[in-house]
Amino acid sequence: MSLSKQHELHKRRFSRNMGLGLVLAGFVALVFGLTVAKVSNEDFSVPTENGGQN
Amino acid sequence: MSDASLNSTVSTQPGDAGFGDFFALLKPRVMTLVVFTALVGLLAAPVGVHPVVGFAAILFIAVGGGASGALNMWWESDIDRIMKRTRKRPIPAGKIAEGEALGFGVALAGFSVVMLWLATNWVAAAILAFTIFFYVVIYTMWLKRWTPQNIVIGGAAGAFPPMIGWAAATGTVSIESVLMFSLVFMWTPPHFWALALFMKSDYHEAGVPMLTVTHGRKSTRKHILVYTVLLAVLAIGAAFTSIGGPIYLTVAVIYNAIFLKGAYDIWRRDEATAEADNYIVEKKVFKHSLYYLFALFTAILVQSTLASFGIGGW
Repeated sequence: MSLSKQHELHKRRFSRNMGLGLVLAGFVALVFGLTVAKVSNEDFSVPTENGGQN
Repeated sequence: MSDASLNSTVSTQPGDAGFGDFFALLKPRVMTLVVFTALVGLLAAPVGVHPVVGFAAILFIAVGGGASGALNMWWESDIDRIMKRTRKRPIPAGKIAEGEALGFGVALAGFSVVMLWLATNWVAAAILAFTIFFYVVIYTMWLKRWTPQNIVIGGAAGAFPPMIGWAAATGTVSIESVLMFSLVFMWTPPHFWALALFMKSDYHEAGVPMLTVTHGRKSTRKHILVYTVLLAVLAIGAAFTSIGGPIYLTVAVIYNAIFLKGAYDIWRRDEATAEADNYIVEKKVFKHSLYYLFALFTAILVQSTLASFGIGGW
């Protein structure tokens, strides 16, 4: 049997790894987008030690 | 283990499921309804949200709904193996191990609630957490195998998404979001009982106390009619509240008239007639009920969009 022939198992693992990679990349992009959206909000201010609002 | 031995001897083991198998655990078709109603709740709210925040909110609500689906499939894998409709789901089909589904569901549930909280507010996150709890513990683990009213009470779980969408935008629960919740809540029983009428052997064989099994099919037909009348009163009455307007009223009258006609036809039929034509009326009503919910929520969205321009209301 040829070593280069792909078992269905390999295809499943590849699809899972690729899918998870894309999901994680999307999550990173989403968190970045959320951060930009939140800090560019007019109400946003950096919290201070004496209890300032954010 | 070499590739050669893999190619010749290895069968699928836990941990070898593909991406699509995990995605199927999220019940993507049910998720469509969750996403749509949550989106309407979010957009119909009088408070605008940043598009990225809105997108994130809908995504995390969908993930929370998907987590509920995965946990539901984990708990119900025993009856899913029996029912024809559910036999091809990832766990009974042998693609995913039960433990994997449990871990996946719990992880996604926690992730979705925390992320919704961070992206929007604690009210939306709390309702999402309660929805997951209600669907998995109250409905799946308790009500479904215990009472024929499982669908009536358990329907609340599917009714929360528009309320979560609204809360994500406003941070509150209000009469408008409760009205949207009520619409889905009242819609669920006739929708599922119509399905139960033409999926009769499935629930019976699995021992699920659906109304068709415990009270008989004639009683189920009567229940469908009664609940459709109540739904019509609520849906048309909502036209005269803050989420309604002339466009919503028109859509509500048309779609409720069709739904009522279908429910009346179901009530009039006997079992012999239904079996003879392979439950054509029941299937038609079930299909219409899907269009019904999409139409009414689209109308709510249209009314709220017009209202933001100062037109379209009473």
